[in-house]
Amino acid sequence: MPIPLAEEDALWAAFADPTRRRVLEALLEQGETTTTILAEGLPITRQAVAKHLAVLNRVGLVAGQRRGREVRYAVQPARLDDAADSMARVAAQWDRRLTRIKRLAESVHAESRVDQ
Amino acid sequence: MPAESVEREILIEAPAEVVWDVITEPEQISRWFSDEAAVEQRAGADGTLTWRPGGRGGSRAGMVVPIRVVEAEPPRRFSFRWGHPEGTGPDEHNSALVEFILTPEAHGTRLRVLESGIEAVAHDEDGRARYREDHEQGWERHLGEMLAYLASRTRGETR
Repeated sequence: MPIPLAEEDALWAAFADPTRRRVLEALLEQGETTTTILAEGLPITRQAVAKHLAVLNRVGLVAGQRRGREVRYAVQPARLDDAADSMARVAAQWDRRLTRIKRLAESVHAESRVDQ
Repeated sequence: MPAESVEREILIEAPAEVVWDVITEPEQISRWFSDEAAVEQRAGADGTLTWRPGGRGGSRAGMVVPIRVVEAEPPRRFSFRWGHPEGTGPDEHNSALVEFILTPEAHGTRLRVLESGIEAVAHDEDGRARYREDHEQGWERHLGEMLAYLASRTRGETR
């Protein structure tokens, strides 16, 4: 299902920051983890990690769950698929156009053969 | 090839010259792409693709998208940039590049299309129209590469 454009823009904006992508990637590697543990494996402060997680959380790419005194974060795969889908839609548009080009070119070619 | 590009191909049972005409002649373009086209087969030529309200793009408002031809080498290569704001020249930060590559084969022509720099504009025609108004900065390169990687990773983990 297509996601609304404003939402999609926010999703792409969340991806646009290279550090944020590193945070996301680290979170994928570790499965479910806390801000503190994530920060240990990254060259940025815990505060910076928390900031990036907040942005990712806002667009739904990650979700946090409170476990006692800590919050454990995990990637939301469905949302990641949404982002990948927007690329797939561009591909699907080109597939439709190429199919039309094929049909047109082949019919022009078939006609010119009949003419000869 | 950066992965934020899309690459598709199709085998067409017609000579490259015929495929070339379908891709580049305005009259033909209106049969597979936009509703109207003003396009010249000349590198550097500015043109427009027009989607009428309720036309092929399915957009209610309709729109006129400026394009600039980058390469026109009949019957092998045709490329153009699009998605840049009206009244400005296209570059790699404000537009996407569309390349058509035609390769003759035994029984026809292999047509490849590559669209790269998609993240510089948006993800479909409607998005492009909107981005022309509010897009300010170029996007990170390799965005799609990371995206595809991340998506494949999660799919692997969840299936």
